[in-house]
Amino acid sequence: MALTVVAAVVLLVILWEGYRWMGRQTDNRWPGTGIELPVSTDDIIMPPAADIVGELFSDIRDGRSTLPLSVFLLKKAWFTFQEASIGFFLGSSIGLALAVLMLRWRVAERGLLPWINVSQTVPLIALAPIVVTWGRQQDLPDIVSISLISTYLTFFPVAVSALRGLQSPDAAHVELMRSYAAPWSSTLVKLRLPAARPYLFPAFKIAATLSVVGAIVGEISIGTKTGLGRAILEFAQRYAVWPERLYASVIGAAFLGLAVFGLISLVERLVLRRTGEAAV
Amino acid sequence: MNRPWTTRILGLVMAMTLVTAACGSEDAAVGTGDCDSVDAVSLQLQWVTQAQFAGYFAAVDQGIYNRFCLDVTIREGGVDIVPQQQLASGATDFAVSWVPKALVSREGGMDIVNVAQIFQRSGTLQVSWADSGINSPADLAGKVVGNWGWGNEFELLAGSRQAGLDPSSDYTLVQQSFDMLALLTGEIDAAQAMIYNEYAQVLEATNPATGALYQASDLSVIDWNDVGTAMLQDAIWADGARLAGDDDYADVTTRFVAGSLEGWAYCRDNSASCVDIVLANGSALGESHQTWQMNEINGLIWPSPDGVGMMATGLWDQTIDVSTSESILAAAPDSGAYTTTYAAAALDILNGRGMDTTGQNWRATTVKLNPGGE
Repeated sequence: MALTVVAAVVLLVILWEGYRWMGRQTDNRWPGTGIELPVSTDDIIMPPAADIVGELFSDIRDGRSTLPLSVFLLKKAWFTFQEASIGFFLGSSIGLALAVLMLRWRVAERGLLPWINVSQTVPLIALAPIVVTWGRQQDLPDIVSISLISTYLTFFPVAVSALRGLQSPDAAHVELMRSYAAPWSSTLVKLRLPAARPYLFPAFKIAATLSVVGAIVGEISIGTKTGLGRAILEFAQRYAVWPERLYASVIGAAFLGLAVFGLISLVERLVLRRTGEAAV
Repeated sequence: MNRPWTTRILGLVMAMTLVTAACGSEDAAVGTGDCDSVDAVSLQLQWVTQAQFAGYFAAVDQGIYNRFCLDVTIREGGVDIVPQQQLASGATDFAVSWVPKALVSREGGMDIVNVAQIFQRSGTLQVSWADSGINSPADLAGKVVGNWGWGNEFELLAGSRQAGLDPSSDYTLVQQSFDMLALLTGEIDAAQAMIYNEYAQVLEATNPATGALYQASDLSVIDWNDVGTAMLQDAIWADGARLAGDDDYADVTTRFVAGSLEGWAYCRDNSASCVDIVLANGSALGESHQTWQMNEINGLIWPSPDGVGMMATGLWDQTIDVSTSESILAAAPDSGAYTTTYAAAALDILNGRGMDTTGQNWRATTVKLNPGGE
């Protein structure tokens, strides 16, 4: 996997610099035509890749101390990771609980599933002020509100995939359990949950990435003292004079997303190896 | 502010004892740190930590609020946080907001009251390149004009209308992001800029023609204070219903306003220290940028001829005129929209200590900006 990541980064840099070079040659037009390129290739819109990477090693002020931007971003990412983790565990638990509920009672599935789908069409910018206002009225710290926004994005893929996974065993297997007069709970634990694993882990991977997105969006919309979202917000405002920093912080966010994805993949391997199945 | 009833009763008893004790000694000490109890209050800002809010951060950092028996939590703003909504919903005890935006919310039913008018003038500019020939609102005719929207456009609309231009047809109004990119890349002819923030960003950018930073002489500026359509900006807003019905809150308001005003006076006299406080509170923006901002913010506050925090009534009336003529407000607000009661009480305390609360002798300094604002 590490090799694929490196290859992807190299490919991205080649594409970036190639596009920049082409734009410079043709005065920002598609070669041989008068049609303008969608993105201008000047140093503000597309700073050289080397400058962006170099920026990661240049100093930035953090409170009363100065440190390299990469360390600065790591510190911020750690904070965002904590929010995202709470969001992930809360969201996954809620998603699983909803799936079991819908499995147990068909009427719950019919009643809940449309609402679960509708929930994801509510824009976060509408949700954020409601969540933070409610949180503050309950005297909860803002980090809880941000985690809740992250939860909101996270529970959806888990609920939907878990339900499909729990419903996935063959009818023959379910009937066998029934012939043993196994109670519903045993069927769930011994048959349905193991069968759901191939559905669950891809959902957890999506949920983990979404939990980071939710935490960053929450930070930007609510406003925190720290976190990657806060860094992105400040660098975005200074984009015109220091575009490299914004790009570097976006890279930081991408790496955090990759890291949580990798973390879930690792857990998946451990779990599936223990139970003697191949990873999906 | 939420204390159990036992503490409240205890507090009441203690307050009554104090009142009895204070009778006869007129100079009952307020703002000296002699506290029987400390009230926890929160302040919602409009945006992230920057020198625009230095006075509040300084009042926390320098223990000024503590001396007024307050424990203040400052909440930074985010993209979707509307301070006056946080205030009206009870999620915060006080909020900093621009006057026209808050009045729109007030007209919409939020019971919020301006208890201290911190900025005495507007910090909004319309900035263009010196060679563009845009020197007055009338010159905007036929140009591409940027503004941020979300209630930040009123001064521009009123100013251009006053010059005989119809904003819907005589120039092209475009939504601008909160940076100066569109001006630097030439997408727009005139960009909206706060004198303490975005304007400085241009001066922190490198001019490709010279290889050095852009200079103020490269720019042409329309200042709405000069045009006559400037509107009041940062003010402290409080919850109207609580002011009327909760004596504790009213008392806290006086102390909070007094502490905030003292914080601003501190930043006037110790601007370098306030820049340091702002940076320590987590601004990743550079030192020279915050130094510039502190200097300009002081210029928006000082001098305050009637005392810092008092209403600049002339500009208040102008704000209402522009708001109603631009149909931002359906009608002029009632007289309860602002009160000087708390600012006046606060000034009594501060003046009683011989503090300079008008800043008549304050002079702006020249701040040298570094590349990127570092």
